[in-house]
Amino acid sequence: MSNFFKNSDLDNIKAESIVSDTLNNCDDGELYLENSKSESILLDDNKIKNSSYSSDLGYGFRAITGEVVAYSHSNDISKDSILKSSENLKDTLKSKKGTYNHEIPKSNKKYYEDINPIEEKSQNSKIQILNEVNNYIRSKGDMVSQVTASFLGEHKEIEIIRSNSEVLKDVRPLVRFNVSVVLEKNGKKETGVYGIGGRQSYDEYLKNENWKQVCDEAFRIADVNLKSKPAPAGEMKVVLGPGWPAILIHEAIGHGLEGDFNRKKTSAFHNLMGQRVASEGVTIVDDGTLNLRRGSLTIDDEGTPTENTVLIENGILKNFMQDRLNARLMKTKSTGSGRRESYKHVVLPRMRNTMMLSGKYSQDEMIRSVDKGIFAVSFGGGQVDITSGKFVFNCTEAYEINNGKIGSPIKGATLIGDGPSILKEVSMVGNDMKLDPGIGTCGKAGQGVPVGVAQPSILIDKMTVGGTQL
Amino acid sequence: MVKDQEYLNSIASQTIEYSKKLGATDVNVEVIHSISETVNLRNKQLDESNRSDSFAIGITTYINKKKSTISSSNLSKDNIKILTERCIETAKITPNDEFNSLPDKELMAKNFESLDLYDEFHVPNNKKIDILKEAEEAASKETKIINTETDFTENKSNFVLANSNGFINGYKTSNFNISCVAVAKQDSQMERDYDFTSKRHFSDLTSPTNIGESAAANTVKKLDPKKIKSEKIGIVFDKKISKGILNVLSSAISAGAISRGTSFLKNKIGEEIFPKSLNVIDDPKIKKGLGSKNFDSEGVETNNLKLIENGVLKSYLVDTYYGKKLNLKSNGRCGGTSNLYFENGSMPFETLLKSSKKNLYITETIGHGTNLVTGDYSVGANGFMVENGEFIYPVSEITIAGNFKEIFKNITLANDLEFKYSTNAPTLLVEGMIVAGR
Repeated sequence: MSNFFKNSDLDNIKAESIVSDTLNNCDDGELYLENSKSESILLDDNKIKNSSYSSDLGYGFRAITGEVVAYSHSNDISKDSILKSSENLKDTLKSKKGTYNHEIPKSNKKYYEDINPIEEKSQNSKIQILNEVNNYIRSKGDMVSQVTASFLGEHKEIEIIRSNSEVLKDVRPLVRFNVSVVLEKNGKKETGVYGIGGRQSYDEYLKNENWKQVCDEAFRIADVNLKSKPAPAGEMKVVLGPGWPAILIHEAIGHGLEGDFNRKKTSAFHNLMGQRVASEGVTIVDDGTLNLRRGSLTIDDEGTPTENTVLIENGILKNFMQDRLNARLMKTKSTGSGRRESYKHVVLPRMRNTMMLSGKYSQDEMIRSVDKGIFAVSFGGGQVDITSGKFVFNCTEAYEINNGKIGSPIKGATLIGDGPSILKEVSMVGNDMKLDPGIGTCGKAGQGVPVGVAQPSILIDKMTVGGTQL
Repeated sequence: MVKDQEYLNSIASQTIEYSKKLGATDVNVEVIHSISETVNLRNKQLDESNRSDSFAIGITTYINKKKSTISSSNLSKDNIKILTERCIETAKITPNDEFNSLPDKELMAKNFESLDLYDEFHVPNNKKIDILKEAEEAASKETKIINTETDFTENKSNFVLANSNGFINGYKTSNFNISCVAVAKQDSQMERDYDFTSKRHFSDLTSPTNIGESAAANTVKKLDPKKIKSEKIGIVFDKKISKGILNVLSSAISAGAISRGTSFLKNKIGEEIFPKSLNVIDDPKIKKGLGSKNFDSEGVETNNLKLIENGVLKSYLVDTYYGKKLNLKSNGRCGGTSNLYFENGSMPFETLLKSSKKNLYITETIGHGTNLVTGDYSVGANGFMVENGEFIYPVSEITIAGNFKEIFKNITLANDLEFKYSTNAPTLLVEGMIVAGR
């Protein structure tokens, strides 16, 4: 763990005293220090196209009273700079008086090891694997017109200093390995993308030539899309495959259950607590405690240990996801969901690993029950309008279903639905829950944070498919 | 205050010198300092105040045809030394790439016009709060508005770009931004929309009352939307989103996408890809322009570029690396376009709306449904049904789909171009797209 005050005219004791002095008359707040390193190595077009490294060090000083948040951040960790931020915070809150809430839960649990994945694997061996990836995919035939593969690694150390010298720390490793393949055949071009990752060393994901499976999957998706025909347009039944398609849940209801939008009453869910928002048999949780997962955190960015939060239990809305600010204003507890992209960003209530739990049906039963519809296996990104509840996501691998049988692949299309009502259209929940491969990044208010999703196969009775065939 | 040129220059020069000492054959360095202050209000009360003071340095070192890049927010001498060493070490073990190089010397910017991109004026936070209150007062006059959120951001930056061929230049820029988001409710249904104003100079901002009123009006109009039947229909893109079509064009004609073979516009130079009447221009030298610049992110001179002339694709957006690969000279577009726009159309807005008995007017798209490899397009949308030129009712939970090769050819522009963003287009009609709804 690094000493954030090395090479500065401060030490922990002096910094803690500035923090206590600044937050004395506030309801909450902290000095958040961050030292992050990241690397990106990219192979593209048969070459190592980019090899970059970034190191970022800084602090974000936050004071909150009532509903008002004052924030000041800088990458100059010095007495002058932190005192200047302190003045800034005091000035913003000068007309308010609060009582500092010292209570913060403690836990000894850890969900990942204190490792630096960037340094654990040599640059040479990373470059070597990327070259092998390129050769392996290109050996599959002349139809391969482009291969892109990358390693992204991160090591982030954080320290949170609260009033009265309470100090909380975490060290977070994160890696991702991505492959993208473009195939060309008979003048038609299509792309396939696949990746894996999480909070452990690269080798955990690459061992046993695991990287070949990632390449095979990217190739397979591109190949399926080469055979695709235009997608249908209009409302129909949709079967979603297990795993990554759970970004439907993330977009459709996850964001709508974040505390800030509900405190402000701008979420379509704000007055639905305790009410039925999904079919019976639908249970959804947001879990920050899964070992080594991309969305997991030992403590959140306010120092609260994460937990497994039940959002929807058997169709009934049970909890929102909360950071400390929104929890206090809504008279409840933080669920350990307070997150920020970096020291440059304010804390917001965010998702971690959002999961729909397994039900009783097989995927086969679902497909057989559909006369006309689509079977969506893989997705690109999604987006939601919290207030109206409308959400979209893009299929990257999908098939038509005719008379209970899977038919030909269809071109990527956007699916659109209404968040508060879509889960009432879920008529079958599968018994095959699967976690995503560890590639998700969620964007909110301009901040990206790593997240995970999981779900079993599900059958949705009615959704609009945005194809071109009327 | 943002740091002056002298301070940034000295860091850049020292870094270049140190890299060369360690064995770099070429070096490129960018140093940036920016200070940004934001105030947010919600329902006329202060919600958040945020001050950001940040440095950044980006170093690219070359050892002949080997290259590595490093970036950091820590400008201390010790840190820059450590990073430079790491950068050189990484470059040494990175394979050769014959196209790696600094830009050709004769292409580097030599004319440094004053583009009037910096306004020294500082708006104290209490003044920002007053301005935002005015916007929220105006928005909440509309009785269906139940929530208003506004923010005012003032940003001042200074940067220096330098390379080991002797190029060193940079300048200050500023940005003032006011935005207002409103939420309206009717029965249990809610909608939200926004408006904003963003300028280089404080005095050029649209009045807060205007922004508030327009955010409220945009929002209330959306209440009680209908889902329409799937059909083939003409789609009118509001100015908020019509510029998105130019963003697709610029991504598809970037030298990178062309060289990698991942663009649906590969090998289309000299071909008519838009109707004959259309011109697309990228003008970096607009005074006070939000996208204006004297040179691109490699220091290459940027000049006015006609990308589409009479419907014909005239040039790609070329940087040094992909330029060398495609055997083209950089046209100063490393990092993308500057002020990109469709030259104004000739048809009045009202005439465009009436072009067919029935059109769908789209004000918002959601999702990222553009496939640049194939040109396929499918996104969620909302807007209004227009019949005989009149707005009849709001529409939501639909998708619009097509392929950009076709979409480009079926564009008709209105004559209402204005410069609100860095990329701008007038209202435009695309005929024959597919709407999926009920």
